[in-house]
Amino acid sequence: MISFAALVSRDLHIATRAGGSVLLAISFFAATTALFPLGIGINPSFLFRMAAGVVWVAAVFACLLSLDRLFEADYEDGSLDLLALGPLSLEGVALAKIVSHWLTSGLPLTLVSPLLALLFRLPQAASVALAISLLVGTPAVSAIGAIGAALTISVRRGGLILPLIVLPLLTPVVIFGTGAVLATLDGMSNGALPLLAAFSLASVLLAPFATAAALRLHLAA
Amino acid sequence: MFELANPKRFMDVSGIALPWLAASAAVLIAVALGLGLFLSPPDYQQGDTVRIMFVHVPAAWIAMMAYGLMAAASIVGLVNRHPLADLAAKSAAPLGALFTALALITGSLWGKPMWGAFWVWDARLTSFLILFFLYLGYIALWNAIEDDVRAARAAAVLALVGAVDVVIVKFSVDWWNTLHQGESIFRSSGPLIAPVFLWPLLLMAFGYTFLFLTLWLVRIRTEILTRRCRTLLARETAR
Repeated sequence: MISFAALVSRDLHIATRAGGSVLLAISFFAATTALFPLGIGINPSFLFRMAAGVVWVAAVFACLLSLDRLFEADYEDGSLDLLALGPLSLEGVALAKIVSHWLTSGLPLTLVSPLLALLFRLPQAASVALAISLLVGTPAVSAIGAIGAALTISVRRGGLILPLIVLPLLTPVVIFGTGAVLATLDGMSNGALPLLAAFSLASVLLAPFATAAALRLHLAA
Repeated sequence: MFELANPKRFMDVSGIALPWLAASAAVLIAVALGLGLFLSPPDYQQGDTVRIMFVHVPAAWIAMMAYGLMAAASIVGLVNRHPLADLAAKSAAPLGALFTALALITGSLWGKPMWGAFWVWDARLTSFLILFFLYLGYIALWNAIEDDVRAARAAAVLALVGAVDVVIVKFSVDWWNTLHQGESIFRSSGPLIAPVFLWPLLLMAFGYTFLFLTLWLVRIRTEILTRRCRTLLARETAR
């Protein structure tokens, strides 16, 4: 438990200092989200309908940005070997990495999303639904992304392969995440949020095992 | 090193089986196409367009079967560390991707006259498209990692993580309201389709299966020979 907390706080310190990735993720998120209305059309009558999709896709990409460095830095300087030998199991290490990644990408994006919802003239209730869907869904992005990050350690062109591997597995998150917001806009309930929560829970619980398996095969070589 | 008994036995057995598999595939596909394209009647609603079914449906079946074989081979490769299992999984992926693409393209061509659209985002089509991307990611991962053993293990993990999508594709027409045809053949109360359509369909499915097996064996044999060449080359340069 102490090692878990220590690992999480170490990653948080690395991510939040000057060269860290938290502000980068937020800036990328904001810039991408702002670009879409310019490309698709600024007519306010359909601006609010594209809000959920645009914000969700931009959030997924912003989380993907910091994913390929998730294990890379530790692998390069040998810390991953030490972590594998340490008191925390590799599954615990993977979970700690997922938690710290979410705290430095998913959570800040969730907190910023209501501001971006203003860009799309999203009604208040839908804006709240968007923030809740991001809060519930971004852990799944971190979890499934961690599997991809562990598989592509020290791969040449690894940065381009990671999205190709991870995005097909993340489609349910985007579908249900935007579904939750669209349900609020249409005034109906469609069960998207509970399904999103179930998917998130399942992926956070199961991803550490796949991630640890992937880490082991890279460490064994 | 790689001169284990098993690859040699595999090369011998597959060398004998290949001509038979290829011939069976050719005959079955020819008969099925003849029956389906020429000798079966047009559908009372769809007319002659229904004949795309004979190419589209078996391709989709083989696409899912290929992923299942890939996942099974991945498990054997991870658990038993059998080197041929890794080669089998690697070889199945491009073939599965091709059958998936064939199903997607023929399905689009069928959708335009039937539904008025080349593509709809319903559950069956979306999950099948995701299957295609999973195949591409798997192939990309194999090509990206240089060490063969690490590549095999990483790809095996990826194949198993993505295997849940095959289940989703199969049950998508039950779990969601889809435009795509519901389950009409593999039902517990028997197929809904008339025998005059069912026979060409099943023959084509068998034909595609033999085609897949033929190409699969050819690819595995090629992989074995490639690795033998690489070993010999390494020995030469080491001397």
